[in-house]
Amino acid sequence: MDLNPTPQERQFRDELRAWLEAHAPRDWEARQSATASREASMEARFAFLRDWQRQVYEAGWAGLSWPKEYGGRGATLMEKAIFTEEMARIGAPPLPGILGLELVGPTIIAFGAEEQKQRYLAKILSGEEIWCQGFSEPNAGSDLAALRTAAALDGDHFIVNGQKVWTSYGWASDWCELVVRTDAAAEKHKGLTVLLVDMHSPGVEVRPLRQMTGETEFNELFFDNVRVPAANVVGRVNDGWNVALGTLMHERALLGAGLQITFKRQFTRLAELARRIERNGRPAAEDPVIRQKLAQCYAEIEIMRLNQMRAISRVMETGKPGPEGSIQKIFWSELNQRFQQIAMELLGPYGQLTRGSEFAFDDGQWAYTWLRARGNTIEAGTSEIQRNIVGHFVLGLPKSY
Amino acid sequence: MQFGLTETQQVLKNSAREFFSAECPIAEVRRMMETPTAYDAALWQKMAHQGWTGVIFDEEYGGLGLGLVEMAVALEEMGRALLPGPYLSTVLLAGVAIDAAGTAAQKCKYLSRISMGEAHATLALLEASACWDPDAVQLNAHPTPAGFALNGRKMFVPDAATADFLVCAARRGPDLGLFIVPTGARGLAVSALPAIDETRKLYQVAFADVPVAEEDFLAIGDSARAALDRALAVATVALAAEMVGGMQRIMEIAVEYAKARKQFGKPIGQFQAVQHLCADMLLLTESSRSAAYYAAWALQERAPEAEVAVSIAKAYASDAYREVGNRAIQVQGGMGFTWENNVHLYYKRAKASELMFGDASYHRERIARTVIDKAIDKL
Repeated sequence: MDLNPTPQERQFRDELRAWLEAHAPRDWEARQSATASREASMEARFAFLRDWQRQVYEAGWAGLSWPKEYGGRGATLMEKAIFTEEMARIGAPPLPGILGLELVGPTIIAFGAEEQKQRYLAKILSGEEIWCQGFSEPNAGSDLAALRTAAALDGDHFIVNGQKVWTSYGWASDWCELVVRTDAAAEKHKGLTVLLVDMHSPGVEVRPLRQMTGETEFNELFFDNVRVPAANVVGRVNDGWNVALGTLMHERALLGAGLQITFKRQFTRLAELARRIERNGRPAAEDPVIRQKLAQCYAEIEIMRLNQMRAISRVMETGKPGPEGSIQKIFWSELNQRFQQIAMELLGPYGQLTRGSEFAFDDGQWAYTWLRARGNTIEAGTSEIQRNIVGHFVLGLPKSY
Repeated sequence: MQFGLTETQQVLKNSAREFFSAECPIAEVRRMMETPTAYDAALWQKMAHQGWTGVIFDEEYGGLGLGLVEMAVALEEMGRALLPGPYLSTVLLAGVAIDAAGTAAQKCKYLSRISMGEAHATLALLEASACWDPDAVQLNAHPTPAGFALNGRKMFVPDAATADFLVCAARRGPDLGLFIVPTGARGLAVSALPAIDETRKLYQVAFADVPVAEEDFLAIGDSARAALDRALAVATVALAAEMVGGMQRIMEIAVEYAKARKQFGKPIGQFQAVQHLCADMLLLTESSRSAAYYAAWALQERAPEAEVAVSIAKAYASDAYREVGNRAIQVQGGMGFTWENNVHLYYKRAKASELMFGDASYHRERIARTVIDKAIDKL
């Protein structure tokens, strides 16, 4: 056990930090609070982000852990964690092609045909083509394998009909990794296929799904007789469940990364506010109840970082995630809900003020993060599904469903 | 960066697991806890022979010279076995305090005997106020021609009845001092404080003009405080690691039960209400483990964040061990509430451990002093 960075890790971090300090746009947070019309600013912001990804790509930092033959750097998992940490530390804008970089790209690398790799991977890295994931459906959420969007073979094309929901970046995407049912007679896990679908095809309709924060992070996708070349199958027909599971494993590993830095930045700010805000005639930072709650949050944020370091070490050593990896999603999502609640409690009546309110702290950021955290225990596998996974796959209890 | 046991550490862990499951099975724990001191001389000699009693001390003083991560590995296995007796108090409280503050002569006389398994000892810190902060110490030490005389009363002293000597925190005027006091000294009276955890006995120790020879005076002022802080930090990490071992064990017991016990024609572990209790146990145990090993490493490296890391480990494990215990009992239903079931032994150790060296609230306040009162400049 040695938690000091290796010389290579230190060098990697130094190089990356120097590059980010020289190139990362510093006005990103200001742009987010722009008060221009929401729709217009969403597209303008997205163009700005695409430009940012292109710079990251040109400097060789995109697709860090992808193999070198596909344009990546063959970086270790630890280096990848360093990348997400440094991005969060400097407050760099997110990469808009994140789903391609983290989910679709690795899936194509693992299961795709050589022509698919040649066709798609480079454009995922550069951000020239943005990807989304068509997985969940109105009647297939936690029970994903019950999905009903159907694809029927017609010559050398599939004809796709159905509906997807909760699609992040759907409105901005050029391509979609779509899971469809190709054999209605087979058992539910055995009749699925993964298709790469051009989102500009006739019959594809994207509708924004407005969430409780007022944003439209997610979309509904409608497929009405959409023709998809049979060559766009990833892996084998009716073997889509394995391909999709591979993608979901990446999703679970990805979402927690970098969050500990974001949480610590928020914590630092909150501690600063606690020293300024009055509560019962003295600074809130001196209130024993607030102190206890904030200290508990800090402890948990730190433990989340430690669990992640352990999980990364384990994967690097054995190639397999250990039990500490399987609890990360539950841990960070539930932690964030408690953390945001404590922030609201500390800020008092001011906490509820939203973006644009004259008296809001940090331009209403805390009201937003409190609301947004509500989704954390639902997205990317609910806490209930995660506990089922831990119970069955880690502890070996009989499957409950 | 590598956050996992090295091969050597893994070997150590395996051999500790083997040793304690062979030498200290749960039947033996039950037998020992029924005795007045929960101590077994033969077991202690075997542990000394393995080197456990000197695991972190210099070879010069009869130790193995290993680090605090290795110590944590050993303690995790002791916690799993629910090892009764004076290990924590002898090696990690008294031993570390003497190691930190003692002269070469004192270490030869006292630390070597601890390492070799020839002496048992403990730390007498708490008083009637039951406050873990050394500032609360009031027991009086006044100078005499031959050394010092101690007057007052210590409370919640672990394993005092098996101890050959105590490291006693006392006040000489305004200054905190540490003194080595043989338990056979004139005027010293040890009496039991029967408590929940019968595997680790607690005592009160009364001092009526107890003489301490000049050569048994250990430290005064800043150096006494530093030695006491070090001993408490090391023992706190050791305890946190021990708690992880206990959590792991009762989680396993509960999961096995959930697989075997059938109701409504199915193993109860198939019901999500039960399964989710088990998943929570895993989350609490693994998170406690990450925090305990990190604290051991930080303390070993004397890293600047070590103090906060120790408090995080103890705060988290204090709540976690109790909550794992609650779930492990709940999963086993009525069986979990019986004397015959072993989980209550761990549940009681969990409560005693929670209260030892400061509970979760105490350590959260310590965390707050750093992370709220001082701005964090390093993420």
